[in-house]
Amino acid sequence: MTSIGVITFPGSLDDRDAQRAVRLAGATPVALWHGSHSLEGVDAIVLPGGFSYGDYLRCGAIASLSPIMAEVIEAAAKGMPVLGICNGFQMLTEAHLLEGGLIRNDHGGFICRDQKLRVENTSTAWTNQFPTGAEITIPLKNGEGGFIADAATIARLEGEGRVVFRYLGVNPNGSLNDIAGISNARGNVVGLMPHPEHATEEGFGPDTALAMRNGTDGLAVFASAIASLVAAA
Amino acid sequence: MPVIVVEVMPKPELLDPQGKAVAGALHRLGISDISGVRIGKRFEVTVDEVTDAVLAEVTKLADDMFSNSVIEDVVSISVHPAPASA
Repeated sequence: MTSIGVITFPGSLDDRDAQRAVRLAGATPVALWHGSHSLEGVDAIVLPGGFSYGDYLRCGAIASLSPIMAEVIEAAAKGMPVLGICNGFQMLTEAHLLEGGLIRNDHGGFICRDQKLRVENTSTAWTNQFPTGAEITIPLKNGEGGFIADAATIARLEGEGRVVFRYLGVNPNGSLNDIAGISNARGNVVGLMPHPEHATEEGFGPDTALAMRNGTDGLAVFASAIASLVAAA
Repeated sequence: MPVIVVEVMPKPELLDPQGKAVAGALHRLGISDISGVRIGKRFEVTVDEVTDAVLAEVTKLADDMFSNSVIEDVVSISVHPAPASA
Protein backbone atom coordinates (compact mmCIF):
# COMPACT_ATOMS: atom_id res chain seq x y z
CA MET A 1 0.00 0.00 0.00
CA THR A 2 1.12 3.52 -0.74
CA SER A 3 2.64 5.23 2.28
CA ILE A 4 2.75 9.00 2.71
CA GLY A 5 4.97 10.55 5.36
CA VAL A 6 3.90 13.60 7.34
CA ILE A 7 6.81 15.42 8.97
CA THR A 8 6.29 16.90 12.42
CA PHE A 9 8.36 19.97 13.26
CA PRO A 10 8.43 21.80 16.62
CA GLY A 11 5.29 23.90 16.36
CA SER A 12 3.50 21.87 13.68
CA LEU A 13 -0.27 21.93 14.27
CA ASP A 14 -1.91 20.08 11.41
CA ASP A 15 0.31 17.01 11.24
CA ARG A 16 -2.35 14.73 12.72
CA ASP A 17 -5.01 16.17 10.41
CA ALA A 18 -2.73 15.52 7.42
CA GLN A 19 -2.18 11.94 8.59
CA ARG A 20 -5.94 11.51 8.83
CA ALA A 21 -6.43 12.94 5.34
CA VAL A 22 -3.86 10.47 3.98
CA ARG A 23 -5.74 7.61 5.64
CA LEU A 24 -9.13 8.80 4.37
CA ALA A 25 -7.69 9.00 0.84
CA GLY A 26 -6.64 5.37 1.05
CA ALA A 27 -2.93 5.44 1.85
CA THR A 28 -0.95 4.63 4.97
CA PRO A 29 0.19 7.69 6.92
CA VAL A 30 3.68 7.56 8.41
CA ALA A 31 4.69 10.03 11.13
CA LEU A 32 8.16 11.43 10.40
CA TRP A 33 10.30 13.56 12.72
CA HIS A 34 12.17 16.73 11.71
CA GLY A 35 15.30 15.76 13.64
CA SER A 36 15.72 12.45 11.85
CA HIS A 37 17.57 11.77 8.61
CA SER A 38 15.23 8.93 7.61
CA LEU A 39 12.18 9.11 5.36
CA GLU A 40 11.42 5.51 6.43
CA GLY A 41 10.75 4.38 2.90
CA VAL A 42 7.65 6.51 2.29
CA ASP A 43 6.40 7.14 -1.26
CA ALA A 44 5.40 10.79 -0.78
CA ILE A 45 5.77 13.55 1.81
CA VAL A 46 3.51 16.19 3.35
CA LEU A 47 4.94 19.22 5.17
CA PRO A 48 2.02 20.22 7.38
CA GLY A 49 0.68 23.54 8.58
CA GLY A 50 1.37 25.19 11.88
CA PHE A 51 3.84 27.64 13.31
CA SER A 52 7.17 25.83 13.29
CA TYR A 53 9.68 27.51 15.60
CA GLY A 54 7.04 30.10 16.44
CA ASP A 55 7.51 31.70 13.01
CA TYR A 56 10.84 33.04 14.35
CA LEU A 57 13.26 34.54 11.80
CA ARG A 58 10.75 34.04 8.95
CA CYS A 59 7.83 31.62 8.63
CA GLY A 60 9.25 28.19 7.79
CA ALA A 61 12.85 29.43 7.64
CA ILE A 62 14.29 27.50 10.58
CA ALA A 63 12.27 24.37 9.80
CA SER A 64 13.63 24.45 6.24
CA LEU A 65 17.09 23.87 7.76
CA SER A 66 15.98 20.79 9.75
CA PRO A 67 18.00 17.58 9.40
CA ILE A 68 15.23 15.74 7.53
CA MET A 69 14.95 18.52 4.93
CA ALA A 70 18.21 17.34 3.36
CA GLU A 71 16.47 14.04 2.54
CA VAL A 72 13.28 15.84 1.43
CA ILE A 73 15.24 18.01 -1.00
CA GLU A 74 17.07 14.95 -2.35
CA ALA A 75 13.83 12.95 -2.74
CA ALA A 76 12.06 15.88 -4.40
CA ALA A 77 14.87 16.12 -6.95
CA LYS A 78 14.28 12.45 -7.80
CA GLY A 79 10.58 13.10 -8.39
CA MET A 80 8.94 12.10 -5.11
CA PRO A 81 5.62 13.89 -4.57
CA VAL A 82 6.04 16.57 -1.89
CA LEU A 83 3.16 18.73 -0.67
CA GLY A 84 3.59 21.79 1.54
CA ILE A 85 0.46 23.14 3.20
CA CYS A 86 0.51 26.66 4.71
CA ASN A 87 3.60 26.62 6.95
CA GLY A 88 4.78 23.70 4.78
CA PHE A 89 4.46 25.92 1.68
CA GLN A 90 6.53 28.55 3.47
CA MET A 91 9.17 25.88 4.22
CA LEU A 92 9.28 24.83 0.54
CA THR A 93 9.99 28.41 -0.56
CA GLU A 94 12.62 28.82 2.15
CA ALA A 95 14.22 25.52 1.05
CA HIS A 96 14.20 26.82 -2.58
CA LEU A 97 12.11 23.86 -3.73
CA LEU A 98 9.52 26.41 -4.84
CA GLU A 99 9.99 29.99 -6.05
CA GLY A 100 8.69 33.17 -4.50
CA GLY A 101 7.96 33.90 -0.87
CA LEU A 102 5.12 34.44 1.58
CA ILE A 103 4.80 37.71 3.46
CA ARG A 104 2.40 39.11 6.04
CA ASN A 105 -1.16 39.53 4.74
CA ASP A 106 -1.55 42.97 3.16
CA HIS A 107 -4.38 43.90 5.55
CA GLY A 108 -2.21 42.96 8.54
CA GLY A 109 -4.73 40.55 10.04
CA PHE A 110 -4.99 36.81 10.50
CA ILE A 111 -7.68 35.35 8.26
CA CYS A 112 -9.66 32.17 8.84
CA ARG A 113 -12.48 31.24 6.48
CA ASP A 114 -13.66 28.72 3.95
CA GLN A 115 -11.97 29.75 0.72
CA LYS A 116 -13.06 29.15 -2.84
CA LEU A 117 -10.24 28.24 -5.24
CA ARG A 118 -9.83 27.24 -8.85
CA VAL A 119 -7.53 24.31 -9.57
CA GLU A 120 -5.61 25.79 -12.49
CA ASN A 121 -3.34 22.84 -13.21
CA THR A 122 -4.79 19.34 -12.97
CA SER A 123 -1.68 17.49 -14.10
CA THR A 124 0.53 17.77 -11.01
CA ALA A 125 1.23 14.90 -8.62
CA TRP A 126 -1.21 16.50 -6.14
CA THR A 127 -4.04 17.64 -8.46
CA ASN A 128 -4.46 14.96 -11.16
CA GLN A 129 -7.74 13.70 -9.69
CA PHE A 130 -9.50 17.07 -10.11
CA PRO A 131 -11.50 17.74 -13.28
CA THR A 132 -10.10 20.51 -15.48
CA GLY A 133 -10.99 23.95 -14.10
CA ALA A 134 -12.40 22.50 -10.87
CA GLU A 135 -13.66 25.05 -8.33
CA ILE A 136 -13.25 23.87 -4.77
CA THR A 137 -13.77 25.18 -1.24
CA ILE A 138 -11.30 24.39 1.55
CA PRO A 139 -10.34 26.23 4.76
CA LEU A 140 -7.78 29.03 4.72
CA LYS A 141 -6.12 30.21 7.95
CA ASN A 142 -2.97 32.27 8.01
CA GLY A 143 -1.37 35.57 8.93
CA GLU A 144 1.45 35.45 6.42
CA GLY A 145 -0.01 34.10 3.20
CA GLY A 146 0.75 36.89 0.76
CA PHE A 147 2.51 35.21 -2.17
CA ILE A 148 5.08 37.43 -3.84
CA ALA A 149 7.81 37.03 -6.42
CA ASP A 150 9.50 39.33 -8.90
CA ALA A 151 7.69 40.06 -12.16
CA ALA A 152 9.84 37.67 -14.20
CA THR A 153 9.15 34.78 -11.82
CA ILE A 154 5.40 35.47 -11.80
CA ALA A 155 5.41 35.55 -15.61
CA ARG A 156 7.33 32.27 -15.74
CA LEU A 157 5.00 30.56 -13.23
CA GLU A 158 1.96 31.72 -15.19
CA GLY A 159 3.50 30.88 -18.58
CA GLU A 160 4.51 27.37 -17.55
CA GLY A 161 1.15 26.57 -15.96
CA ARG A 162 2.73 26.35 -12.54
CA VAL A 163 0.06 28.38 -10.78
CA VAL A 164 -1.79 25.34 -9.44
CA PHE A 165 -4.42 26.99 -7.20
CA ARG A 166 -5.89 30.48 -7.54
CA TYR A 167 -8.12 32.36 -5.09
CA LEU A 168 -11.63 33.10 -6.32
CA GLY A 169 -13.63 36.03 -5.01
CA VAL A 170 -11.95 38.59 -2.76
CA ASN A 171 -8.18 38.10 -2.55
CA PRO A 172 -7.68 37.10 1.12
CA ASN A 173 -4.10 38.24 1.66
CA GLY A 174 -2.69 40.34 -1.16
CA SER A 175 -1.13 37.43 -3.06
CA LEU A 176 0.07 38.53 -6.50
CA ASN A 177 -2.19 37.32 -9.34
CA ASP A 178 -4.47 35.77 -6.66
CA ILE A 179 -1.97 32.90 -6.42
CA ALA A 180 -2.86 30.37 -3.70
CA GLY A 181 -0.51 27.56 -4.69
CA ILE A 182 2.26 26.72 -7.15
CA SER A 183 4.34 23.76 -8.30
CA ASN A 184 7.89 23.13 -9.40
CA ALA A 185 8.60 22.58 -13.09
CA ARG A 186 8.28 18.81 -12.80
CA GLY A 187 4.95 19.02 -10.97
CA ASN A 188 5.91 16.71 -8.10
CA VAL A 189 6.41 19.51 -5.55
CA VAL A 190 3.31 21.59 -4.77
CA GLY A 191 2.74 24.21 -2.09
CA LEU A 192 -0.46 26.03 -1.16
CA MET A 193 -1.63 28.25 1.67
CA PRO A 194 -5.20 26.86 2.11
CA HIS A 195 -5.72 23.53 3.91
CA PRO A 196 -7.00 20.56 1.86
CA GLU A 197 -6.49 18.25 4.87
CA HIS A 198 -9.32 20.04 6.71
CA ALA A 199 -11.84 19.18 3.99
CA THR A 200 -11.61 15.41 3.76
CA GLU A 201 -14.46 14.00 5.85
CA GLU A 202 -18.19 14.78 5.81
CA GLY A 203 -19.24 16.47 9.03
CA PHE A 204 -15.82 18.04 9.56
CA GLY A 205 -15.28 20.22 6.49
CA PRO A 206 -16.54 23.50 5.03
CA ASP A 207 -20.28 24.06 4.58
CA THR A 208 -21.73 23.01 1.25
CA ALA A 209 -25.05 23.73 -0.48
CA LEU A 210 -26.12 20.28 0.64
CA ALA A 211 -25.29 20.36 4.34
CA MET A 212 -23.22 22.08 6.98
CA ARG A 213 -19.54 21.10 7.29
CA ASN A 214 -20.00 18.58 4.52
CA GLY A 215 -17.22 19.65 2.16
CA THR A 216 -14.58 17.11 1.18
CA ASP A 217 -12.97 18.97 -1.73
CA GLY A 218 -9.51 18.47 -0.23
CA LEU A 219 -9.58 14.71 -0.47
CA ALA A 220 -8.66 14.68 -4.18
CA VAL A 221 -5.32 16.33 -3.34
CA PHE A 222 -4.23 13.26 -1.40
CA ALA A 223 -5.94 10.85 -3.81
CA SER A 224 -3.95 12.51 -6.61
CA ALA A 225 -0.63 11.65 -4.98
CA ILE A 226 -1.74 8.05 -4.59
CA ALA A 227 -2.88 7.90 -8.23
CA SER A 228 0.39 9.38 -9.49
CA LEU A 229 2.39 6.85 -7.49
CA VAL A 230 0.28 3.94 -8.69
CA ALA A 231 0.65 5.16 -12.28
CA ALA A 232 4.42 5.40 -11.85
CA ALA A 233 4.73 1.90 -10.32
CA MET B 1 33.61 40.16 22.76
CA PRO B 2 33.18 41.83 19.37
CA VAL B 3 29.78 41.95 17.74
CA ILE B 4 28.95 41.90 14.04
CA VAL B 5 25.67 43.67 13.34
CA VAL B 6 23.61 42.60 10.35
CA GLU B 7 20.60 44.68 9.32
CA VAL B 8 17.87 43.29 7.08
CA MET B 9 14.97 45.21 5.55
CA PRO B 10 11.96 44.14 3.52
CA LYS B 11 12.52 44.99 -0.15
CA PRO B 12 11.54 48.61 -0.84
CA GLU B 13 9.10 47.65 -3.59
CA LEU B 14 7.17 45.27 -1.33
CA LEU B 15 4.42 46.25 1.01
CA ASP B 16 5.55 46.18 4.66
CA PRO B 17 2.30 45.57 6.57
CA GLN B 18 4.04 45.96 9.96
CA GLY B 19 5.39 49.37 9.07
CA LYS B 20 2.05 50.32 7.54
CA ALA B 21 0.25 49.41 10.81
CA VAL B 22 2.66 51.56 12.85
CA ALA B 23 2.32 54.46 10.42
CA GLY B 24 -1.47 54.13 10.68
CA ALA B 25 -1.26 54.36 14.50
CA LEU B 26 0.92 57.46 14.24
CA HIS B 27 -1.64 59.14 12.02
CA ARG B 28 -4.40 58.25 14.47
CA LEU B 29 -2.32 59.89 17.24
CA GLY B 30 -2.32 63.07 15.19
CA ILE B 31 1.36 62.90 14.24
CA SER B 32 1.36 64.34 10.77
CA ASP B 33 5.04 65.02 10.08
CA ILE B 34 5.95 61.32 9.72
CA SER B 35 4.96 60.08 6.28
CA GLY B 36 6.04 56.45 6.51
CA VAL B 37 7.54 53.70 8.67
CA ARG B 38 9.25 50.51 7.57
CA ILE B 39 10.30 47.76 9.97
CA GLY B 40 13.29 45.51 9.52
CA LYS B 41 15.53 43.26 11.61
CA ARG B 42 18.84 43.71 13.36
CA PHE B 43 21.01 40.68 14.16
CA GLU B 44 23.80 41.10 16.76
CA VAL B 45 26.22 38.25 16.17
CA THR B 46 28.78 37.77 18.93
CA VAL B 47 32.10 36.29 17.79
CA ASP B 48 35.36 35.40 19.55
CA GLU B 49 37.33 37.62 17.23
CA VAL B 50 36.78 39.36 13.93
CA THR B 51 38.89 37.81 11.19
CA ASP B 52 38.43 37.89 7.43
CA ALA B 53 37.17 34.30 7.60
CA VAL B 54 34.61 35.10 10.32
CA LEU B 55 33.45 38.16 8.45
CA ALA B 56 33.08 36.12 5.27
CA GLU B 57 31.11 33.47 7.17
CA VAL B 58 28.71 36.00 8.69
CA THR B 59 28.30 37.72 5.33
CA LYS B 60 27.33 34.38 3.78
CA LEU B 61 24.91 33.64 6.64
CA ALA B 62 23.40 37.11 6.24
CA ASP B 63 22.59 36.29 2.62
CA ASP B 64 21.60 32.63 3.05
CA MET B 65 19.88 32.45 6.43
CA PHE B 66 19.32 35.79 8.16
CA SER B 67 17.58 37.12 5.06
CA ASN B 68 15.51 35.72 2.21
CA SER B 69 16.56 37.48 -0.97
CA VAL B 70 13.10 37.02 -2.48
CA ILE B 71 11.52 39.35 0.07
CA GLU B 72 14.39 41.07 1.91
CA ASP B 73 17.71 42.88 1.43
CA VAL B 74 20.76 42.86 3.68
CA VAL B 75 21.28 46.61 4.05
CA SER B 76 24.36 46.69 6.26
CA ILE B 77 26.98 44.57 7.98
CA SER B 78 29.10 46.41 10.54
CA VAL B 79 31.74 45.38 13.07
CA HIS B 80 31.60 46.65 16.64
CA PRO B 81 34.81 45.88 18.56
CA ALA B 82 34.59 44.75 22.19
CA PRO B 83 34.59 47.66 24.67
CA ALA B 84 38.14 48.26 25.99
CA SER B 85 37.17 47.71 29.62
CA ALA B 86 34.94 44.66 29.13
